[in-house]
Amino acid sequence: MRTVADLQKGEKATIEELAFDEIPLALMEMGCIPGKQVVLIQSAPMKDPLYISVNGSHFAIRRETAQRIILAKLLCDEI
Amino acid sequence: MKSKKTVNISLVGNPNTGKTSLFNQLTGLTQKVGNYPGITVDKKQGTCKLGAKETAIITDLPGTYSINPTSLDESIVLETLLDSDHENYPDIVVVVAEVENIKRNLLLFTQVKDLKIPTLLVVNMADQMDRKGISINIEALKTILNTEIVLVSARKREGIETLKEALLRYETFDTTPLQSISDKIDKAYFEKIKSRLKGFSTYKSWLLITQKNPVSFISEASRTIIESFKKEQQQVKKYQHKETIYRYQYINEILKKTYFIDRSKAKDLRSNLDRILTHKVFGYVIFTAILFVMFQSVFNWASVPMDSIDLSFSNLSEWAKKMLPQGVISNLITEGIIPGIGGIVIFIPQIAILFLFVSILEETGYMSRVVFLMDKIMRRYGMSGKSVIPLISGTACAIPAIMATRNIVGWKDRLITILVTPFTTCSARLPVYAIIIALIIPDNRILGLFSLQGLVLMALYILGFASALISAFLLNKFLKVDGKTFFIVEMPNYKLPSLKNIAFDVFEKTKAFVLGAGKIILAISIVLWFLASNGGEDFKNASQIVVDKSTSQNLTPQELEGEIAAFKLEKSYIGRMGKIIEPVIAPLGYDWKIGVALISSFAAREVFVGALSTIYSVGSDDEGTIKQRMAAEINPITKEKRFNFPAGMSLLVFYAFAMQCMGTLAIVKRETKSWKWPILQLVGMGALAYLTAFITFVILK
Repeated sequence: MRTVADLQKGEKATIEELAFDEIPLALMEMGCIPGKQVVLIQSAPMKDPLYISVNGSHFAIRRETAQRIILAKLLCDEI
Repeated sequence: MKSKKTVNISLVGNPNTGKTSLFNQLTGLTQKVGNYPGITVDKKQGTCKLGAKETAIITDLPGTYSINPTSLDESIVLETLLDSDHENYPDIVVVVAEVENIKRNLLLFTQVKDLKIPTLLVVNMADQMDRKGISINIEALKTILNTEIVLVSARKREGIETLKEALLRYETFDTTPLQSISDKIDKAYFEKIKSRLKGFSTYKSWLLITQKNPVSFISEASRTIIESFKKEQQQVKKYQHKETIYRYQYINEILKKTYFIDRSKAKDLRSNLDRILTHKVFGYVIFTAILFVMFQSVFNWASVPMDSIDLSFSNLSEWAKKMLPQGVISNLITEGIIPGIGGIVIFIPQIAILFLFVSILEETGYMSRVVFLMDKIMRRYGMSGKSVIPLISGTACAIPAIMATRNIVGWKDRLITILVTPFTTCSARLPVYAIIIALIIPDNRILGLFSLQGLVLMALYILGFASALISAFLLNKFLKVDGKTFFIVEMPNYKLPSLKNIAFDVFEKTKAFVLGAGKIILAISIVLWFLASNGGEDFKNASQIVVDKSTSQNLTPQELEGEIAAFKLEKSYIGRMGKIIEPVIAPLGYDWKIGVALISSFAAREVFVGALSTIYSVGSDDEGTIKQRMAAEINPITKEKRFNFPAGMSLLVFYAFAMQCMGTLAIVKRETKSWKWPILQLVGMGALAYLTAFITFVILK
């Protein structure tokens, strides 16, 4: 199971689902919802925090949160 | 129509949408910053003439991504919009969106629109649409969203008049909610809410149920019902997530039809800059360089205006002394009030420069990158990347810095940041540092480039940050506080800072500081003057006693006068207070005069310099700046300069650690809702200051 925490810099993927119980509502309100494409823009040293772009929003989250965002199996190169 | 009308307008919007620019354009110089009752959230209001007869009161509500608050600032938005009896309950809500992030901005818009308040959508930064290859079918968007939409470029002042005209028509706005989310999620559940909670719309009731903290304005009965719904926490949370997904689906559908972006046109300034500014190595190098430039310039740029302010006030005193008839009033003015006001005005250059830097870093969007870079490091010390902003703002003043901790989500992270922020070198310490450094450190240059005095000052800044980090580390080990935390930080687009926004920001913050701290400083200066120019029997008969004592010494009249002045100061009320604490502070290398300054700077450290200048100007005829008078002070026992290297260093260390600021203690009490934390700061930092100052003096002596 791949999560946002496993993305390489510059890689794109689609969000399959989120661990609803463990993520804050604010994360979804920033645009992080299933079916949307996510890109890893930059990661800080030790891959924490991660700077991502989803659904037109750009924001940074910690690794522990990124691990709760599960990616679809197929890599998608373009939407 | 009534002859005169006042319309209440609230500005709501995501951070970084240019909401504040719009507010500045609408209200200009009429804006005032106040407080919401009971809490210290800044309440920014101003007036604006909409038409010939209509005036609007515009409230700039704190920026928020959603109507569901994650911080105290954001909860103000919800409270204002839900409580129809609230004094600022809006006649119109203006939701400010921005061309590039319109999707996320619309989430907040749909939430607000569903509250059935007349709502208008402003799409800001319209001037950038061409450059970014964006086109929007406004007419279609208006129809689908059932709302007025105005395109605006707040910074260029475009679209403001159209906005005012549209606002005048608010009574004709359609307030039908956009969608009834309740039907889509769980009809039966929302029917139950509707039947049990009377007097609110279903959406309002739903918002009341989903809030962690109960709102203040609802009745006891409603509260009980709300609590019963809240018990099913899992369900509430699940439905909130569902609601967000539905809203985004709806928004995506709409934007597919109305919003077009030609990606080939978009020049990617953001990714180019981010590649360097958030880089694993260069990112940190650049941040360090910026801090270095910032602190060097505070000392270099401010020294010229500060010296001239110092000089002009001592000239003013001298001039007033000549012009005014001799007497108590004249003394009060020339020895109490003028040096007192001088002690406030001398701050302005440094504070303004610091606020200027902080404001530019925030306006450009760079500060968020710093948060990103520093999060992992700060977490090691029990804080969050967001703690960097309070710690940097703390170099201007701890009071706004502690208020800026509200963006930190976890309570433990926030509490630790609040507790350690007063260690950072605030501008109130600067005049103390500046004058002591000037006295004990030679004005040399190293490698012909960096001033030695500037480097010592920088070392003191580093000492401040280091002690903040070390105490945070210890607090993190020993504090037993729970606090769930999460970290989501928007990385806004880079922007050129707007001169107008920065000017307002720097002016407001400097004014608030000068007026707030100024009152204390001026009051203490007057009290000090009184205590220094009055005393017991010995004080009143000073001339007689000194003349009797020194008959054999053959003093010139001038020397005699000096002796009398010194004797008077020693026997005055303030002199006696200083003498009482002298045994306690003597091990640190201080005499009773410094003791007097320490006592008086207990409430506000910046009073130190003013107090010394008052002490040294009472009864002294040789005019000169404070610095000259302090440099001339001799320790009668060792015959050395009073402000020599060991004593000066010991003072520097004392002021670096001691918690001498009533304003900060008061704000910590308000923000932590307990006396426990400010008392811990006062005692802990005081003990640390005394010990380290003692060790410094002993070693250097």
